[in-house]
Amino acid sequence: MGNLFARFGTGLGALIVGLVAAWLVSMVLAPNLMMLDFSLRPNLMPAQIGGLDDHYTLANFAALAGDPVHRVIFLKTIWASALVMVTTLAVTYPIAYWMAKVASPRAAALAVMALIIPFWINEVLRTLAWYILLAFGGPLNAALLWLGIIDQPVRWFGDFGVLAGMVYAYILFMLFPIYNSISTLDTVQIEAARNLGASTPRIHWRIVIPHAKAGIATGCVFTFMLAAGSYVAPALLGAPGSRWFTEIIYNWFFEGGNWNRGAAYALVLLTLYMLVVLATLKLFRVNLADVAK
Amino acid sequence: MSHSVDLMDVEMAFGGVHAVRRLSAHVEGGEFFSILGPSGCGKTTILRLIAGFINPTAGRVLIGGKDMAGIGADRRPTSMIFQSLALFPLMSVWENIAFGLEVRRMPKADRRRRAEELLELIALPGYGDRMVHELSGGQKQRVAIARALAVEPQVLLLDEPLSALDLKLRQHMRAELRALQKRTGVTFIYITHDQSEALAMSDRVAVMSAGVLQQIATPRELYSSPATPFVAKFVGETNEFAGKVSRTVDGIAVVDGPHGSFAGRAGDEVVVGGTAAVYVRPEAVTVSREARPDSLEARADRIEFEGAVAMLHATSREGQPLLAAIPNQLLSRAPAAGETVWLSFVPDEALVLAHG
Repeated sequence: MGNLFARFGTGLGALIVGLVAAWLVSMVLAPNLMMLDFSLRPNLMPAQIGGLDDHYTLANFAALAGDPVHRVIFLKTIWASALVMVTTLAVTYPIAYWMAKVASPRAAALAVMALIIPFWINEVLRTLAWYILLAFGGPLNAALLWLGIIDQPVRWFGDFGVLAGMVYAYILFMLFPIYNSISTLDTVQIEAARNLGASTPRIHWRIVIPHAKAGIATGCVFTFMLAAGSYVAPALLGAPGSRWFTEIIYNWFFEGGNWNRGAAYALVLLTLYMLVVLATLKLFRVNLADVAK
Repeated sequence: MSHSVDLMDVEMAFGGVHAVRRLSAHVEGGEFFSILGPSGCGKTTILRLIAGFINPTAGRVLIGGKDMAGIGADRRPTSMIFQSLALFPLMSVWENIAFGLEVRRMPKADRRRRAEELLELIALPGYGDRMVHELSGGQKQRVAIARALAVEPQVLLLDEPLSALDLKLRQHMRAELRALQKRTGVTFIYITHDQSEALAMSDRVAVMSAGVLQQIATPRELYSSPATPFVAKFVGETNEFAGKVSRTVDGIAVVDGPHGSFAGRAGDEVVVGGTAAVYVRPEAVTVSREARPDSLEARADRIEFEGAVAMLHATSREGQPLLAAIPNQLLSRAPAAGETVWLSFVPDEALVLAHG
């Protein structure tokens, strides 16, 4: 911050700090505090607000713990998001490595273009494309039937559909941090390891992955948070058996009309995010400053 | 005895550009063999071909008499010390040294013990738990050597490993490398652009230019009997007088050029009527203040004191720069700048080489 004042002078420096602070307070801090306030109050009729029943309670949080269906959906959202994260990592890591170390600059640039262009389209429309691809009478089933891999169409919507849609939707958030960190690895390191007799898996395990861990952690954190907070993919590509926790929150706000319960559920999800971020960073022994880079 | 290395008609082209042109060489087992050449001459490419990072466009690479075609870099009995050293920054010193053993699935306790032994060898005992960035340049250098030796290679490949060190340390490491090579008996193939390094350490030196092998010889032969004009000019300082060969008698060729006629020992491929040049080392040149027969008139420009000798830089009447070494004991009688001098040499100490 001293640097900021030194560069822009006291007046402009104070203005910049003030704007950032105003943004953080009004757009981040205040809404979250309001959510917290909402979540701790019972859902009352307008006439009762401010009355005797309007006092702080943990009832909304207890409701989540006590509702077996919601509880299961919450837990499933966690592990399914983790699955999305792991699958995205497994799909992305080879692409990132190829782009950073194997491909010619031209081929890498083309690959980046090919990956980015679909992202110019709105997320809902992209998910809708998967909706069409995975439909019961859609092209994927038709192709598999024609190839003789399946005898009858498969219902892809549900867990598989959600997984496929999300991995596709968040691939860039995983790709770029990993690509960036792998490209800073000196290729001589890989040659040195190979020269000492290391096999390809060992080179990745001992040299490339440790070097790229900050990028991998960043990508994993992004992907997990986006997956756990996703709404479109589960809504379009899911089935009744693959409900997402965000859909329950949405229902409390917009269909159940119970903002207090919705706020409590949303806060639980938010807390989970933070725990996952901290756990991931701990696991990879990376600190937040590394991720911010 | 360590493995020998054979290059048989090896060629390497990158996208149509030849980095190495058809080249054959034999390196004896246990030999200290250097490849000397200016940057971009293809010497690093040869090292990478032997290590197996790249495969030759044509020809064969043999190590210990065994064809290496289809054998990857991870399965060759070679070990490389990279120009940048390429130590693993996220591993401690001992893990770096033991990496090749870890790869070979040696148990951890044994690896650690072996790493400690190697740390003794490189005179860094007790440094095992440090991180690489805590070491000085010379210490890193030694760790890289230990790491390469840990896998007990038959052939050690060194890619200008001393270029990043300061002069004093470089000279010290030169002696250490030479002693290490003698002690271990491993075949060393050493790449450098520094002729004094190559001449000081090697059993034999290969000189390369623009992807072409110029000569393989002992350091002394290389200096006294260069096979090509390139070697004559690249290894050590030399004076060059170009012209046409007018006659050859008893292995002595006479070259007529703008400076007059000079004679020297005729190299191979010198033919009467062909273009050639006479090459004379500065220390074979005699400087005189009086005109003598067969001597060349020149103007003294300056004297550079180099320690053991002083180097007289002069210019001939035709404008060609000339070099003559003046021994220290004669320095007090050396010509002053601007003085006219006469330079001469005896044919036995000059060499005539054909220009291709």
